[in-house]
Amino acid sequence: MMALATRIGAGVRLKLADVGASTRLFFGLLARSPKALARFVLVREQVFYLGNRSLSIIGVSGLFVGFVLALQGYYTLQRYGSAEAVGLLVALSLVRELGPVVTALLFAGRAGTSLTAEIGLMKAGEQLTAMEMMAVDPLQRVLAPRFWGGVIAMPLLAAVFSAVGIMGGWLVAVPLIGIDAGAFWSQMQGGVDVFADVGNGVVKSLVFGVTVTFVALLQGYTCKPTPEGVSAATTRTVVLSSLAVLALDFMLTAMMFSI
Amino acid sequence: MQSSRHDAWVGLFVLLGGAAVLFLALKAGNLLSLNFDATYQVSARFDNIGGLKPNAAVKSAGVVVGRVDSISFDDKTFQAKVVINLQKATLFPKDSSAKILTSGLLGEQYIGLEPGAEEKNLAGGDVIMQTQSAVVLENLIGQFINSKASDMGSAAPAAASGGKP
Repeated sequence: MMALATRIGAGVRLKLADVGASTRLFFGLLARSPKALARFVLVREQVFYLGNRSLSIIGVSGLFVGFVLALQGYYTLQRYGSAEAVGLLVALSLVRELGPVVTALLFAGRAGTSLTAEIGLMKAGEQLTAMEMMAVDPLQRVLAPRFWGGVIAMPLLAAVFSAVGIMGGWLVAVPLIGIDAGAFWSQMQGGVDVFADVGNGVVKSLVFGVTVTFVALLQGYTCKPTPEGVSAATTRTVVLSSLAVLALDFMLTAMMFSI
Repeated sequence: MQSSRHDAWVGLFVLLGGAAVLFLALKAGNLLSLNFDATYQVSARFDNIGGLKPNAAVKSAGVVVGRVDSISFDDKTFQAKVVINLQKATLFPKDSSAKILTSGLLGEQYIGLEPGAEEKNLAGGDVIMQTQSAVVLENLIGQFINSKASDMGSAAPAAASGGKP
């Protein structure tokens, strides 16, 4: 009985210590952001590695998600004689949900893992310690530029995903199925609100960018400095950031669109 | 200002993202139809507004001339008070009438304005006097059943007296 209580107590204490450490890292990153942003060339490099290099996977996935949405939407909508509304369905699903969420999941797999592995290896190779020895702050020199690179790249990637997806939906709906192009666009413009739908989608993708990038950096920074530790941290990055994105998405949707 | 060899590509990426947001706002969204034209407010009282919602269109002869601003319940007259923003460029006679109409069979509801004949025009703060409520499907069905039932009621005694001489 006593042993069980001890185990629970130790577990809670360890979890609380984790929460505290990650909060400290988060605010540490924010506190060092002005100096890191002042040396913007580092952030630009990271936007290149995290953003530009993810463009191909984001673009291709967006195109195919748009194709599938248009096909499936048409299948259901034509039963009710409103096949023209397929444009509205594709645009709303992409802008409000699928754009930010799928981009964040892909971003976690494509960019988050590389961040974790890079920082984990730097830690395993004692490069971070070496930097501290030279009075270079690794949070400011290594982590903060990567954080801002991810935060800047993610909303842009989500917007590209949604835009490419809508064009993919157009490709399937208009030339392939033969829905009238004018009705396709006018239904879409009638139903998509710039601030309520597009604006909230951008806010969502910004939140997901912070989440995924931070989880990746945290896992890399706190991993065990061994090959097994780095591989476990990379796995945890994908699992934790995907779960966090999906849970946050539900909460954000409930807050933004509940009315 | 330090520069790196990836700067051009990063610039292109940011421009592409900006273009995507612009595409979403202009081509998929309604930024073009948002207008910031000057408007004037008039209000109208309806017995029943059906499914009318704020931001619904106000049309005259099928052309959008304004939008519904707000809908509230007036507990003095027990009617719905609808505030409408009309575009400054479109003027209507004071005795114009407002109807709540439906686009298509099950489409969304909008307000139809029919111009009257008076010389003076509606100005900001005026109230549209003549209104016609929304058609509520349940009431229509109720009326139909009532009229059927009363038909049956008047037919049944005749049939009974006819059946047994």
